[in-house]
Amino acid sequence: MSETTAERTGATASERRSTDREVSGVSIRLEGVTKRYPGQSTAAVDAVDLEIPAGEMVMFVGPSGCGKTTLLKMLNRLVEPTDGKIFLGDDDVTGQDPDQLRRRIGYVIQAGGLFPHMTVATNIGLVPGMLKWDKARISARVDELLDLVGLDPEVYRGRYPRELSGGQQQRVGVARALAADPPVLLMDEPFGAVDPVTRQRLQDELIRIQGELGKTIVFVTHDIDEAVKLGDRIVVFDVGARVVQYDTPEAVLAEPAEDYVADFVGAGATLKQLTLTRVGDVTLQSPLVARAGEDAADVVRRATAAGEQYVVVTDRRGRPISWPTLAELSRASTVPDTVDDKLPVVGLRSTLNDALDAMLAASQGGVVVTGRDGVAGVMVVETVMAAIQQTRGQVEG
Amino acid sequence: MTATLDTDGPRTTTGAVGGGSPAGRPAWRGLLVQPVLVLVGVAAFALWRSTADLSDTEQRQLGWSALRRSIVDHLQLTLAAAVIVLLIGIPLGILLTRGPFRRAAPVVLAVANTGQAAPAIGLFVLLATWLGFGFRSAVVALVAYTVLPVLRNTMVGLQGVEPRLVEAGRGMGMSGVTVLLRVELPLAVPVILAGVRTALVLLVGTATLATFVSGGGLGLLITTGINLSLNSLLISGAVLVALLALAIDWAGRVVEHVARPKGL
Repeated sequence: MSETTAERTGATASERRSTDREVSGVSIRLEGVTKRYPGQSTAAVDAVDLEIPAGEMVMFVGPSGCGKTTLLKMLNRLVEPTDGKIFLGDDDVTGQDPDQLRRRIGYVIQAGGLFPHMTVATNIGLVPGMLKWDKARISARVDELLDLVGLDPEVYRGRYPRELSGGQQQRVGVARALAADPPVLLMDEPFGAVDPVTRQRLQDELIRIQGELGKTIVFVTHDIDEAVKLGDRIVVFDVGARVVQYDTPEAVLAEPAEDYVADFVGAGATLKQLTLTRVGDVTLQSPLVARAGEDAADVVRRATAAGEQYVVVTDRRGRPISWPTLAELSRASTVPDTVDDKLPVVGLRSTLNDALDAMLAASQGGVVVTGRDGVAGVMVVETVMAAIQQTRGQVEG
Repeated sequence: MTATLDTDGPRTTTGAVGGGSPAGRPAWRGLLVQPVLVLVGVAAFALWRSTADLSDTEQRQLGWSALRRSIVDHLQLTLAAAVIVLLIGIPLGILLTRGPFRRAAPVVLAVANTGQAAPAIGLFVLLATWLGFGFRSAVVALVAYTVLPVLRNTMVGLQGVEPRLVEAGRGMGMSGVTVLLRVELPLAVPVILAGVRTALVLLVGTATLATFVSGGGLGLLITTGINLSLNSLLISGAVLVALLALAIDWAGRVVEHVARPKGL
């Protein structure tokens, strides 16, 4: 059974990977990279060989203290390797000036690592500034990047980090790392300090950004679900940064190379396959959509005619703001423009797992799915069940 | 962008943009009380001084020009010592938080501690017997006595900068010096300035002892007042030193308020 599962999911995964992604990253090659700290008998990182293809997002997972973060920091030489070679593209970077090297490698750390005494724009413009870009170019780039990470430049460029939420700070952190358009991005547990809902959104955003930019991304996490969701490939490390398995998420889940990996992946690997299916891959229901300010009675009439129980309300820009029942709606004369903070929303690129999480927490028993142009549909528990049935059918057939 | 983005919206209202801290107004109010008190004190002293019936001896010390002389001397002592304290304390504090020099920190702090722990009057007299009486040895004694708060606050301020931020700076390709100048020092400014203010207030008070080594200053009024049992001189000297210390403390607070990096 596991074989067929692997085959099937392998197909969807390669689909996911081959979405004509424009690659702007370069490959990374490690040869016998070792780090020994003085006074310690065993090496923190012991002769690691690894090749990361250009434009892929590779996840480093493993227990804490296994050396994955040390290995990551050797890539931009925040930690100097004791031995071994590191190639970015064809350049051996172990002999280069570390400061120059780091300006070509984006680096994102937990909570963004923003400098609190600098505005968002100053933070993002730091690396371009060091590379002697002129002011007009930097400020244009700052706006472009804020747009990319989904923050309105007009509103946010002059703010200080203190005035942002955790998720927004992390977005700015990603924008800052991308500022000089580096081919490689290193991310050290970037989403570790945000709440689960924000984390899921940031993950979706990262997938979108990566889809647009095609950087080579090395991402350290201790969360196997995050690794499965985001990674094109996963490296599972054991102590001394020993590479236990280096494979696609599907293969790591379906065919763990050792008992160690199976233990690490944990129980419910089959359920984790839900993490491999995107919301956009299943058939969504189309809801009745109404704009705030429309005549409520009219909307209720249309909804009754269509046999709908709920109406998705959007703002002027077509973004969903609430999802009331017909009974709630008929109490008002016009469709209200109140924003429901608890409105369950996922993106097309979210996983079924995320969607299931969101809908279980929501009173409506479903989620609103948003695409590029606003509401793409709604999804209810039955949709997920159907998708699971379908998967099971495929596996058995 | 996609619609999901806007839901994790800003936590602060737009009113906070521009970096004016929410605590800004009360802080300013506090800053306004002190100069008013000082001005009231100065006015009261001036009123007493121009109406009081003074003897010749008193007149000689409390004459406007003599007073000005004492105050200017006092300020010169304070300022000269302050400049030297800053020139020693801040660079030394920076140095002692850098890589290999970190190990020397306990030793240097111990020496600075000794300087401050020694009775100030003893320090003045000892240094004077070595360097000779006068302005110079008074300044040296003042420096030895007040370098500690500046040194220690510089170190504490720099050590208080999150290592994460230093790493973020290095990780994006800033050199060690750039990280120091653009990240560490700006973030340490509030703590360093608090140390500077403490040192300044200490200096104003301690400079009264300069008179024992012929260094001049407002201490002269006090010692003369004690020696000749002239309470008017004694109290005038003490009041003027207190007013001066309060005024300098206030100036320090204003600088701290203005120089505090926005966004903190």
